[in-house]
Amino acid sequence: MTQPPKASAKQKDVSKDSSMLKQKEMIAGHYRRLSTAGEDGRKVAATFVPGNLNELIMCFDLLNNLPEVNAIQSGLRKESGRYVMEAEKLGHSEDVCTYVKNDLGMIARGNVGPYGLQLPDPDVLLLSYTGCFTFMKWFELLREQYDCETIMMHTPYTGDGKITQNMRDYMVKQLKEEVIPKLERVSGVKFDIDRLREYLKESARAEDDLVWVLQSAKNKPSPIDAYFGGIYYIGPIFGAFRGTKEATEYYGALRAEVQDRLDAHQGPVTPDGEMDGEKYRLVVEGPPNYTSFRDFWKMFYEEGAVVVASSYTKVGGVYDFGFRHDPDNPLETLADYCLGVYTNRSLPQRVEMLASYVNDYQADGLLVNSIKSCNSFSAGQLLIMREVEKRTGKPAAFIESDLVDPRYFSPANIKNRLESYFQMIEQKRAGKHVEAGHVEAGAAA
Amino acid sequence: MRTFTGIDLGSTTTKAVLMDENQRVIGRGITNSRSNYDTATRVASQEARIDAHMMLCHRALEQVGGLGGRLEEFLGDLEGAFRLEQFLEQLGDLEETCLGQLRHERFASVRDAAKVALAEVFARLREEAPALFGRGAKRKSDFFRDVAGGRYLAVSEAVARDAGLSYDLLLNVYDKSIIEVENRPPGGDIKGKFRRALSALIGDSNGRSGPFADQRDAVERAVGAALDIELDDVFLVGTGYGRVTLPFSKEHIRSEILCHGLGAHMMHPGTRTVLDIGGQDTKGIQVDANGIVENFQMNDRCAAGCGRYLGYIADEMKMGLHELGPMAIKSEKPVRINSTCTVFAGAELRDRLSLGEKREDILAGLHRAIILRAMSIISRSGGIANEFTFTGGVAKNEAAVRELRKLVKENYGEVTININPESIYTGALGAAEFARRAGESAAFEDARAGVNS
Repeated sequence: MTQPPKASAKQKDVSKDSSMLKQKEMIAGHYRRLSTAGEDGRKVAATFVPGNLNELIMCFDLLNNLPEVNAIQSGLRKESGRYVMEAEKLGHSEDVCTYVKNDLGMIARGNVGPYGLQLPDPDVLLLSYTGCFTFMKWFELLREQYDCETIMMHTPYTGDGKITQNMRDYMVKQLKEEVIPKLERVSGVKFDIDRLREYLKESARAEDDLVWVLQSAKNKPSPIDAYFGGIYYIGPIFGAFRGTKEATEYYGALRAEVQDRLDAHQGPVTPDGEMDGEKYRLVVEGPPNYTSFRDFWKMFYEEGAVVVASSYTKVGGVYDFGFRHDPDNPLETLADYCLGVYTNRSLPQRVEMLASYVNDYQADGLLVNSIKSCNSFSAGQLLIMREVEKRTGKPAAFIESDLVDPRYFSPANIKNRLESYFQMIEQKRAGKHVEAGHVEAGAAA
Repeated sequence: MRTFTGIDLGSTTTKAVLMDENQRVIGRGITNSRSNYDTATRVASQEARIDAHMMLCHRALEQVGGLGGRLEEFLGDLEGAFRLEQFLEQLGDLEETCLGQLRHERFASVRDAAKVALAEVFARLREEAPALFGRGAKRKSDFFRDVAGGRYLAVSEAVARDAGLSYDLLLNVYDKSIIEVENRPPGGDIKGKFRRALSALIGDSNGRSGPFADQRDAVERAVGAALDIELDDVFLVGTGYGRVTLPFSKEHIRSEILCHGLGAHMMHPGTRTVLDIGGQDTKGIQVDANGIVENFQMNDRCAAGCGRYLGYIADEMKMGLHELGPMAIKSEKPVRINSTCTVFAGAELRDRLSLGEKREDILAGLHRAIILRAMSIISRSGGIANEFTFTGGVAKNEAAVRELRKLVKENYGEVTININPESIYTGALGAAEFARRAGESAAFEDARAGVNS
């Protein structure tokens, strides 16, 4: 077997495939638009990745600014530490979600976002996923800060594991009576349902290609890493691009690129170049750590570990079990989308999903990265882990870090646990269990 | 003899286990890690080889009748004489290094007087050394730093006073030298030292003298033959925190989780759950019937509830680490200590003392706190299944063991709890077994290649 890429002593420039470069351009372009929103007379909505109603936002000519994505970008650029500390100085405790603290700290320091560009004040805050209580508190604080229109759309938790017609009707009612009228008032733009349908058509096309890309990891070797690489792949569709032609083009190009890798039996592209020699196939539950993203990823590919499926890449929408945005039922489909995001699913649903990933992607096991400051994700993860282990018979492991607080990434400990886990998989996989002998206590004089 | 070495580079101590082809442990060695894993590895390996030579001598002497019932006595003397040889060698090194320090410009005005004083200090240390390693000698520690350091401080105080020199000067010279000496790779020639030690016991070619001179012929033949056995180190596996600092390639490294799981299984084949409380981490491990790890959990972002917690408490109480357990065991009414955080526990300890609580009751509470923390880690790894093996340095602490037994019974009912007297070597034992398997499989591959070529 070819050895996994070795770490060079000095970090060299990051290798990126062409889709990553295109994605980077798209994101940079979006930040430029945000920075000139005032001059261009564009109005801005702020919303979250889970329950991101991007198509609806675009119907009102609003620019979509996602504070979570800003926090991720800050984390990747090693800027989040000072923002988090800034928010703590303002009185936010150690245990508060670090996305929140990044956002509040960044605002306190003048709201200069990634790429060094000024971020605009929002004209409207749109909360359409309420499974995370912190999101509500976060927007209450932003409402205080900006004194702007705030829309809170309640998304019922799918505790029984299914979306009912009642839930759907309840959400459509909110869309018709609350959300759309308020967005019309803020933007001055009349709602046009056909315009929404057009965006939804584009969404469905991009979703098809995204699912194809993520499911390409069922191949051996997997041409992609569905967690670390997957984060780049979900960037446009989970952010401000779902429903745009640009996203459709990006996902078409990404699909073609992955197809080429598949045809050439190539492994994923990592920051240190192409990865050969897939040794372990993992399913990962939980968000990654962004402040040490590259080092974290390196711990995997240096050992030949590829993530073939992850729950985090479903946090802004679950598409791989058949859901697509449906232009024929525009408002119902938005409701279904919000109701179906990963963290709005019950623990049994999450277990079911992860167990099916372990089986369908022929993974060696499940790894949980438990995030200190994210209850929305972390609550119940030990139970999830045990249940998935029981159902699949595959070993699982548990590591702990945080989203964008650099103080909560302990590389030595995480590396130690990961190495132990990989060796544990190796040991179990060997199959030929050498019968160890019994050593008498004090056998040596 | 083909041997296989397992080395566990822990945060506090480094352990080595030497195993033969038949999975028998033939030697164990331990040293303090002193943040220099390279030296610690050499010292621990050398200690394991010394232990192996002792064991081979034991076997050889048993075969020739065991010295008429004086075998244990002889082996005790042989080891004492060997340790004395080793101690004197390191003492010479320390003296040379101290004299080297005096070359520094700042000692110019007192150099000659200090040289004389140092010569006197080391002469006295050499003179009293045999008593430190003789029969019935009690040493609190076997580490050179502890043995030599304690005596140096005592002797140099008197010498400095007599010479009208500053005691601080001699202390300063020692402090600067001891780390250097400690971190120097140990001198080799183990067999030479054994032979010199043997001469001290049975006399040498110049005549018979020493306590076992009357057994000279039998002893010389048996021990000579044992010392002639070459220990051919075939394969080494390293584990523990320090492993990354060593120039081992991947196939020579195993995670401590796997090593502790396998080591516990080898000591107690019925083991299904392992708890290891080490210096800076606590591990809960589930293993199957073959010692293969099924699941594990470790302490998360802080080292609360690890061995270092007790070390810190010992420092706070101005006590030795080994004195904590015996004092806590006397408690009849443990105080409830809430903090598992080491530093907070120190504050809580002082608070309790100021309230007039008894030291043993507070210590018992602290022992309970550390074990409560461990129980949480075990439950996260999947709970306790019969049999349960407790390993790591803290397994030697009877108060911690008492609390563990209580909590296991409360939470999991009647479970067999194994605590091996050699539990500190569990990780190294697992590593040695991995080394044996790797060595055997490499030999098998070579043999197969030979057949096919």
